[in-house]
Amino acid sequence: MSIISRGFGGRRREPSPDLPPGQYLAHDFPVLSAGPTPRIPLDRWHFSIVTETGEKHTWNWAEFTALPAEEFTVDIHCVTKWSKLGTSWKGVSLDTLFEDVETAGDYAMAHSYGGYTTNVPLEDLLDGKAWIAYEYDGEPLHPEHGGPARLLIPHLYFWKSAKWVDGLRMMHEDEPGFWEDAGYHMYGDPWREQRYHGD
Amino acid sequence: MVKRIAWRAATVVEVRAETPSARTLVLDVPEWGGHLPGQHVDIRLTAEDGYQAQRSYSIASAWSAESGRVEVSVQRLADGEVSPYLTDVVETGDQIEVRGPIGGWFVWRQTSTAPVVLVAGGSGVVPLMAMIRARGLAGGRQPFRLIYSVRTPEDALYADELRRRAREDAGLDVHFVYTRKAPDDWPVPPRRLDVAVINSHGWPADFEPDCYVCGPNTFVETVADILVALGHDPKRIRTERFGGA
Repeated sequence: MSIISRGFGGRRREPSPDLPPGQYLAHDFPVLSAGPTPRIPLDRWHFSIVTETGEKHTWNWAEFTALPAEEFTVDIHCVTKWSKLGTSWKGVSLDTLFEDVETAGDYAMAHSYGGYTTNVPLEDLLDGKAWIAYEYDGEPLHPEHGGPARLLIPHLYFWKSAKWVDGLRMMHEDEPGFWEDAGYHMYGDPWREQRYHGD
Repeated sequence: MVKRIAWRAATVVEVRAETPSARTLVLDVPEWGGHLPGQHVDIRLTAEDGYQAQRSYSIASAWSAESGRVEVSVQRLADGEVSPYLTDVVETGDQIEVRGPIGGWFVWRQTSTAPVVLVAGGSGVVPLMAMIRARGLAGGRQPFRLIYSVRTPEDALYADELRRRAREDAGLDVHFVYTRKAPDDWPVPPRRLDVAVINSHGWPADFEPDCYVCGPNTFVETVADILVALGHDPKRIRTERFGGA
């Protein structure tokens, strides 16, 4: 039973069936980063998938942007409570990147320039559910929002969508990444409000 | 199985105005197990028709088992939904729901002996104040420096307490930066925080300090870039931001 907050609710935001529990609509695009913003020159950028056997698949910027890209519009939900609906991106589907990757690992650890990590089950990366995005709203992705390229897994809380991503490491067992180690949920489904450990 | 962090009914036992647009709520939270400075709480409000809203707020107080209290300082946002309620409506004796403590990264641990640079923009001082208070409470000797950027003297939270603590504690330096209006006797005109300020009033990168930067995103972005340019290891720079880019 919740406590009624006397006189609260007069300034409520517009309700929306697209908002997961506990979220509110943001009209700007808040930035959440645990440290300084890394700036990665495109001629030094690369992205790789390393399997549990150590096999490495790497793309440089030219190779990566030559892959078939998709334009897509999705809702994003940050664990700090804001959601942004109908955001437009361009990027490469993880299905495309995994086409020639042979793996028996069920989990991936995403790694980023700057040292950030986050864990995701492989099945949440495939079947059109995740991308490596490099354009937002028709513009190259700004470094503050994770450019040159970020992981985008819109059906999970946004900390799973690693900014400045530089690779995925396949694992047999699930392991915590950066925020998961600091008390946040291992999976992070916004519709089940899996914000913190134990949710 | 990890236990879910529960929502608890907290009672507001004291309300303190900090500035014309910010105030501190002192909360009595049943079964609160303590917190680390820098952590935050989620606060949830429920309207009479069942509508709910929740937001995160940094904890301002150091934890002590004797007081058992949790303080949050809230800055009123003009277009806010929750903050105006907390700054203008809530009174002593009211109850609100609280869940926490949350966050294990933007925290200062008393076991760390590294020098500390704290850089705050506006209400971003709140979690840094918790660190200063925790160090004070523990009698810590770690060298602390706070650089605190505010628009005008009236916008500074905890100004008197910070001056008193800096006076009484040789290990704590506090430097104010005024960006719009400075006090009449201030030696320099209002200015933005820049590389010279961070260089003069922080610790040199050679000292390998831990840096905590909190404030609006553009402010944090600027300060973090300056710290990196001054040679600080990006891994020693922890940031907490609010607002968009």
